Amino acid sequence: MHGSRLRRNLLTALLLGPATAWLVVFLVLPFIAIAVFSVGERAPEGGYQAAFTFAQYANLPARATAFWNTMVLAPVGALACLLVAYPVAYYLALRAPQRWRLILLALVVIPFWTSLLMRTYAWMYVLGGRGIPALLAYIGFEDVRLINTPGAVLLGIVYGYLPLMILPIYVSLERLDRRLLEASADLGATPLSTFLGVTLKLSLPGVMTGFSLVMILLLGEYLIPTLLGGGKVFFIGNALVDLFLQSRNWPFGSAIAITLVLVSVVVLIAANRISTRVSGARRVDLI
Amino acid sequence: MTAVPDIEFRGVTKRYGAVTAVSGIDLAIPPSAFVALLGPSGCGKTTCLRMIGGFEQPSEGQVFIRGQDMAGTPPYRRPVNMVFQQYALFPHLDVEDNVAYGLRQARPRLSSREIASRAGEALEMVRLAGYGRRKIHELSGGQQQRVALARALVNKPAVLLLDEPLAALDKKLRTDMQIELQNLQREIGITFVLVTHDQEEALSMSDFVCVMNGGRIVQLGQPSEIYDEPADLFVADFVGKTNLLSGTVAGHSGDLVEVALADGTVIAARKRTALQQGEAVSVSLRPESLSLGARTDSPFKGIVRNRIFLGSTAEYAIEVKGIGTLLAKADHLIGHGNLFKPGEPVAIGFASGTPLAFAETKNNGANQRVDKHVEIIS
Repeated sequence: MHGSRLRRNLLTALLLGPATAWLVVFLVLPFIAIAVFSVGERAPEGGYQAAFTFAQYANLPARATAFWNTMVLAPVGALACLLVAYPVAYYLALRAPQRWRLILLALVVIPFWTSLLMRTYAWMYVLGGRGIPALLAYIGFEDVRLINTPGAVLLGIVYGYLPLMILPIYVSLERLDRRLLEASADLGATPLSTFLGVTLKLSLPGVMTGFSLVMILLLGEYLIPTLLGGGKVFFIGNALVDLFLQSRNWPFGSAIAITLVLVSVVVLIAANRISTRVSGARRVDLI
Repeated sequence: MTAVPDIEFRGVTKRYGAVTAVSGIDLAIPPSAFVALLGPSGCGKTTCLRMIGGFEQPSEGQVFIRGQDMAGTPPYRRPVNMVFQQYALFPHLDVEDNVAYGLRQARPRLSSREIASRAGEALEMVRLAGYGRRKIHELSGGQQQRVALARALVNKPAVLLLDEPLAALDKKLRTDMQIELQNLQREIGITFVLVTHDQEEALSMSDFVCVMNGGRIVQLGQPSEIYDEPADLFVADFVGKTNLLSGTVAGHSGDLVEVALADGTVIAARKRTALQQGEAVSVSLRPESLSLGARTDSPFKGIVRNRIFLGSTAEYAIEVKGIGTLLAKADHLIGHGNLFKPGEPVAIGFASGTPLAFAETKNNGANQRVDKHVEIIS
């Protein structure tokens, strides 16, 4: 009896071992390193010099613009994504004919198999001088500027992150018991109030999962704004690249990174709270 | 007699592609009746209920609710409410908000005080006062069932629709709920339309049973009529247990026919359908109409193969040579004082009633006229 339990524990440890080792080496240790760096000082020739100071954190306002831009980009981008994704997910889960559903779902995911960088470059051409503006000029609309505008950035973000928003919403809508919609109609609710009172509320866990997922990724996003926005507006992502690779101020970069992680955690907890309260679900599934 | 029926079907047909689920149904349900739509799965009973609720539209014909043609009227504008199979309670709302859901949809809006008091009354009616703030998943199956009832009845519908409402409950609870539903219907006095595949449930609860098969109404009548005077072979077989013996018509005498069974035995049976001399028939013998004993004038003699003790009665499977196995129900306490044992030879006689004879080919022309239905029910 005792032996078999020991064997079972050993097996559990063996199965969990690789994943644990992976997380320790590539997540926990780097995180500790960053945390240690963030209270250090920049060495004269760049990099890290041991110290214990909160000077780096005190210096955060120096990058306030980048923080501010990111804090606007992330929620606005996630919201734009949500507004586009919800109708798509709704159609896929509740309206699309059963036999087309898988194919349509695959069409949502397939673009993901190409690198985001590649797809963003493609958008540069589509929105650039020889793309849509050229077409518009052909039919008489001269001098339309699309590339290097906030609109182009938003478009790129929605395009790039759409599947991450669609899939969790699709899953929660797909799981929705259709008889609840009938029950709501039976009790006198118009289609609109059924949507607001039942469908939307019960799909909120999916919405919150998608929203927090996209928003957290957008907190570190800098590629799309650089390529489609002309690189005139700086984000935390740009700041991190700059601080770690160019000006080699690792401690300050680390302080920014730690702050970003804390913000992400706050976003996640808030999203979880909201969807738990409204939908009555006991947890949020992170996919 | 002249009252406008609560529910009326006129020539209603429902097709799904090439499949006809409901085929030319005429039916009128008068006010304050408890009607069961009974039939095997796929007989069209649920489709009928969903057409009353407005979740399906008839392909042909019309559905009337209290004299109003419901064509094109969506579910949320119909004066009926449904208790769904597995209840379909809103998991994100507590008990009181589930019950108040319909009241909150009312236009012009009801005051929150009125909503609260009516929801409270409805919960009291189903004996769930004090459960208002519970979450749905914290309730037992029986309690959820009662919340579903309260949620539907709080809107004071003209007709309450019940879609297999007791199917998810265990047997004891089901019996309790049957009585509770009956009492509730009498108390409120509105029409209940119950869909069930459980003939016992249909017979015990409803004032009228509408037996359906293959998208048609096969028989409509009071429970005792359905049981004692089945319209055809299907009803005889589906409602209650019965022994069906094959034979041929050997002679006529008034309402009775003489049927020669497979082993040559000739028994007298009452005919339920027109029968020709020499026609193949099935004779229905209810297990409780058979008596077991050592009498010599019994038409059948057999050997007990199996015994199921049921408390006040016992069921026997008796093998009769040339006929097959007959099921007999014996009231052992009053009758013989002791039980027959497997392997024991017994004589089988008729204790009560006359066997019924049906034509072998199924009678499918059983769609009776509306006025006849109204007559039967009122």
